[in-house]
Amino acid sequence: MASCRNYLWCARGDVCLVALSILPQHDSQGVVPKRPRMVPILEVQDLHVSYNSSGAPSFSALAGVSFQLMPKEILGVLGESGSGKSTLATSLLRLLPSNGNISSGTAFFEGKDLLRASSGELEQIRGKRISLVYQEPSVALHPTIRAGRQVLHVLAAHESERKSTLLRKERQVLSSLFPEDVDRISNSYPHQLSGGQRQRVLIAQAIACGPSLLIADEPTASLDSTTQKEMLRVFRTLRDELGLAMIFITHNPALLAGFADRVMVLYGGRIAELGPAGVVLSSPRHPYARALFESMPAIFEDKANNRKKLPVIAGDSSSALPRQGCVFEPRCPERMEDCRKREPAVVNLSEFHTVSCFKYGG
Amino acid sequence: MEPILRVEKLVKRYVRKNSLGSNEELLALDGVSFAVTQGTTFALVGESGSGKSSLGFCISCLESPTTGSIWFEGRDITVLTENERRHIRPQLQLIFQDPSNSLNPRWRVEEILLEPLILQGKLPREEMKRRTAALLAPVGLSSDILQRSPAQLSGGQRQRLAIARALALEPKLLILDEALSALDCSIQAQIANLLMELQRSLDMTYLFITHDLAMAAHLADEIAVMHRGRIMEQGPTQKVLRSPAQEVTKNLLAAMPSLDRAPRLPLDS
Repeated sequence: MASCRNYLWCARGDVCLVALSILPQHDSQGVVPKRPRMVPILEVQDLHVSYNSSGAPSFSALAGVSFQLMPKEILGVLGESGSGKSTLATSLLRLLPSNGNISSGTAFFEGKDLLRASSGELEQIRGKRISLVYQEPSVALHPTIRAGRQVLHVLAAHESERKSTLLRKERQVLSSLFPEDVDRISNSYPHQLSGGQRQRVLIAQAIACGPSLLIADEPTASLDSTTQKEMLRVFRTLRDELGLAMIFITHNPALLAGFADRVMVLYGGRIAELGPAGVVLSSPRHPYARALFESMPAIFEDKANNRKKLPVIAGDSSSALPRQGCVFEPRCPERMEDCRKREPAVVNLSEFHTVSCFKYGG
Repeated sequence: MEPILRVEKLVKRYVRKNSLGSNEELLALDGVSFAVTQGTTFALVGESGSGKSSLGFCISCLESPTTGSIWFEGRDITVLTENERRHIRPQLQLIFQDPSNSLNPRWRVEEILLEPLILQGKLPREEMKRRTAALLAPVGLSSDILQRSPAQLSGGQRQRLAIARALALEPKLLILDEALSALDCSIQAQIANLLMELQRSLDMTYLFITHDLAMAAHLADEIAVMHRGRIMEQGPTQKVLRSPAQEVTKNLLAAMPSLDRAPRLPLDS
């Protein structure tokens, strides 16, 4: 069972408890005693989403995305603009803009297919079972309503209880995020709060109704690195204390190191690589992921290396246009003959590490 | 050699009315001094609210400092009249964080690039057009985007366009206020390389304002760490970052997200 430190699931298909900070109890033969098999909280199969635009052919934002999310798991979704990472968040909650359309796929959450749920069912899910935290806290909050009241609105929308009960709940939620000055924050308008405090208010809204899944779309992009780190700590605490599963979307790979359990690298609407965070971030296999990580400057540089050119990925993501073959082929430094002919299939490198590239079979 | 930019004991105080109607003071800059040599990059790092952007605004003449002086090429630009400043401004250009907010969405790329030249009003129209087309090549854009609108460009192309516009008046000092922060990692690398190339070919001086220590370490010759309107520590970049003397610098280094820390690192400090 030595490998269970490296992989999120052990060979039996159970969730490896190391990843969840609980050590598995092995018996003398090194066999983990039987536990009930963990059921994924979210199971997405072959999701295709495209955007129609007048005059031009429709643009395919997601093409065949499949993954599972376990309870209490933090899945980091990594991608640059145009990779489809935000489309993934909005399509799961069916919040796509009017020109977006989900052409096929299933997304089972707590036994229900989100992509086929009625609007009544969605109302019961959005904000209550699955919450979304947006990038820009200053835009996501109403500027002329006090913070506490905005949290109360979320509770009132989902729970038909007396106002005093709701007020008590609002206090409870806010005090879990602001242990020190709940009163001041609750009575403040968004402009009176700092960026980090606003983000905490948004998180309070998101967890108010006790969801089991939180989707966070670039929640720390507008914050400085000290506040970023503080927010990551908040997210981790939520996972540990409330048992939330999380889809954490970002364009900064460094944020996921030490934070996410698994990392999904998206490129051109396809999953390039998906695997345990420690493995993917330290030794990525897909040429895109590798090139992406190499393009980041290191803080301590040798004299010789300093002020040298950073290795870049040739071209830009707009070259990921619909055509034959692998989407990354036009920019790939390791392209081969096969890459132009068809799309690579998903290759299992190990039980829980997959990559889509001909280098590994495809 | 005389530094191209020297800031001396700069103080910037903002006064605003609070909810009770009385005046509230905010000391954004509290006696900041530093000097930048021509052809080098000077990085200003710090948390948000530490005064780095206020400093950039003061140097680019967008705000006037409360006290203190800013010497640019041997002249104190804080005491100049508006008319005299008009001659200095083209040499100091500012590039902001989000290129989509600093480009007029209703203009075509050509108009965006022409504007600074028209405002200076020194060249005949044909010459201006020729110049704008010539601005695109050094930043790695092709001339067929001239008739497009900013919305039709990618994020990287937009930031390149913002740089091209800043270069239109052949500035000596570029102030980059979080100019890379909003971009994807792969695009950041491209723009960072572009900035270094331009520095080499045009002998440009950069004031690089950021909270991204890794990028500052990569680009800057010298670094200054700001906290609450003061420079807490400054010196050669690698020296400051390798052996930080101040608590603020240590905290910034500790908070920096880094891939090197993979695999898992406990988040509690």
